[in-house]
Amino acid sequence: MQVYLPIAQISVDVFVLLAMGAAVGFLSSLFGVGGGFLITPLLIFIGIPPPVAVATQINQVVGASVSGTVAHWRRGNIDFKMGLVLMVGTILGSTAGVNLFAMLKRAGQIDLVIVLLYIVFLGGIGSLMLAESLRALLRRRRAPGARFKLHQHTWLHGLPLKMRFRKSRLYISALLPLGLGFITGILIAMMGVGGGFFLVPSKIYLLGMPTAIAVGTSLFQTIFVAAYSTLLQSIETQTVDILLAIVLLVGGLLGTQVGARIGPKLQGDQLRILLALLIVGVWVKLVFDVTATPADVYSLDVLMGPS
Amino acid sequence: MRRLTAAAVVLAIALALWPRGAGADYLVADLSKRRIDITLGFAGAEVLLFGATDTGGDVVVVVRGPNQKVVVRHKDRLGGIWVNREWMQFNNVPNFYYVASSRPLEVIASQPTFAGIEVGLKNLRMTPGDSSQGADADSFRAALVRVKQHEGLYATGSGQVNFIGGRLFRTTVSFPATVEPGPYTVEVFLLRKGNVESAQRWPLFITKVGVSASVFERAHEDPALYGLVAVAIAVMAGWLGAAGLWKV
Repeated sequence: MQVYLPIAQISVDVFVLLAMGAAVGFLSSLFGVGGGFLITPLLIFIGIPPPVAVATQINQVVGASVSGTVAHWRRGNIDFKMGLVLMVGTILGSTAGVNLFAMLKRAGQIDLVIVLLYIVFLGGIGSLMLAESLRALLRRRRAPGARFKLHQHTWLHGLPLKMRFRKSRLYISALLPLGLGFITGILIAMMGVGGGFFLVPSKIYLLGMPTAIAVGTSLFQTIFVAAYSTLLQSIETQTVDILLAIVLLVGGLLGTQVGARIGPKLQGDQLRILLALLIVGVWVKLVFDVTATPADVYSLDVLMGPS
Repeated sequence: MRRLTAAAVVLAIALALWPRGAGADYLVADLSKRRIDITLGFAGAEVLLFGATDTGGDVVVVVRGPNQKVVVRHKDRLGGIWVNREWMQFNNVPNFYYVASSRPLEVIASQPTFAGIEVGLKNLRMTPGDSSQGADADSFRAALVRVKQHEGLYATGSGQVNFIGGRLFRTTVSFPATVEPGPYTVEVFLLRKGNVESAQRWPLFITKVGVSASVFERAHEDPALYGLVAVAIAVMAGWLGAAGLWKV
């Protein structure tokens, strides 16, 4: 069944959109990532103009994060204090990111910079996660029931401004979550994603938060960041397609249900391996995209307004 | 109102009595619609063009729509990565361009004749604008047409104008779902012995109506409120999803 999207100005199959929404809902409830890093390329692939894809999917992330947050809240997986500190950093970071974006756009290479950023971040995080979770899995096989240290102590834990995060069982410098939030903010502004794919692994591996708490807190924080971005996009670019968002959201509701039922049955290690595989998969595709010979070396860019 | 009608009648009579211009009446044609509505269910549209000539000849139909500025970019391999390097801007690029004819164009008339009336992909007057240093206009122009053809927005071959009984003709123009809303023109040319004998031209409007129109309007006229509504819908949908989980 075809539906015409008023802002994207193209008609697409509702069921394709529903399926895509469901995939994102599934991912977000399982991993605490918005899924923007997957859905944006997919939307572009089915013909949605890139600016509309980016702006609309961030709107959908709001909904996905709300349902994910509620579910995790009931299980007590949200560290509100940590979330707030991260949010301060994120808002500062996204302000800086917007300026950086404008600068690169003037230089004419923003698209490539975005893809390269993805490649660096996804590649780094994905391989780290995969290696670590495989190691953890093997270790557990060898010594069942043994306890391990929650996290390793490094120079990062020697920074000033120490703060206690009870839920996360951490006593660390507030500069760490602030800095992490700042980097996430830059990524959000530059790449048009919720930033969960970067934030969740960083919380687990850099800060040493328990996986479930990292996921829940990330979802909680993403609500506000995504809502802020949606508002900004609506005002600045008018590229948020409400109709597209609604269809994706409905699909998302279905996906969340499935994810929330499967999630508790999986263990932290397994979840991390799955997320790592997903990230590595996207990374491989991105690397292929920028290095493989394009079907046509020419591309068109329609400038706004009539000539 | 009555006075206006009277004026129209007088005008019609005057036109009928006027000495015939350069073959104005050799060709009579019309469109099945002058306006295409883009509704929520829009998945492309078809317009029927039909008409009659006095004694045959060849008919060429041209449909084109909103002119745009387009930047064509060329990728180059740089250290293993494909990067946009050279570029060239073109003005007056129709977003949609379609040609149908009763016989292949090259049989109907010569190239200069078609260039004069902007018929055929080769004869589109797209004017090159700014560009990067040393960009070759011809290859960029060819690339633009090629990409547009690939997107289904430029007619690839000559479409078919069918004659019925030697004098009546008809053709169907299909617009894809990706068609840009805006003003279009439909032109019909009657050619004989390689010359344009007669021509007719209509405006055709493709506009959003109903829900899709009002969504678009709100987004542009009241963007802050639109954004808030978008966020509210998302929050509500998310909440509903979570509430659904609560029960199971």
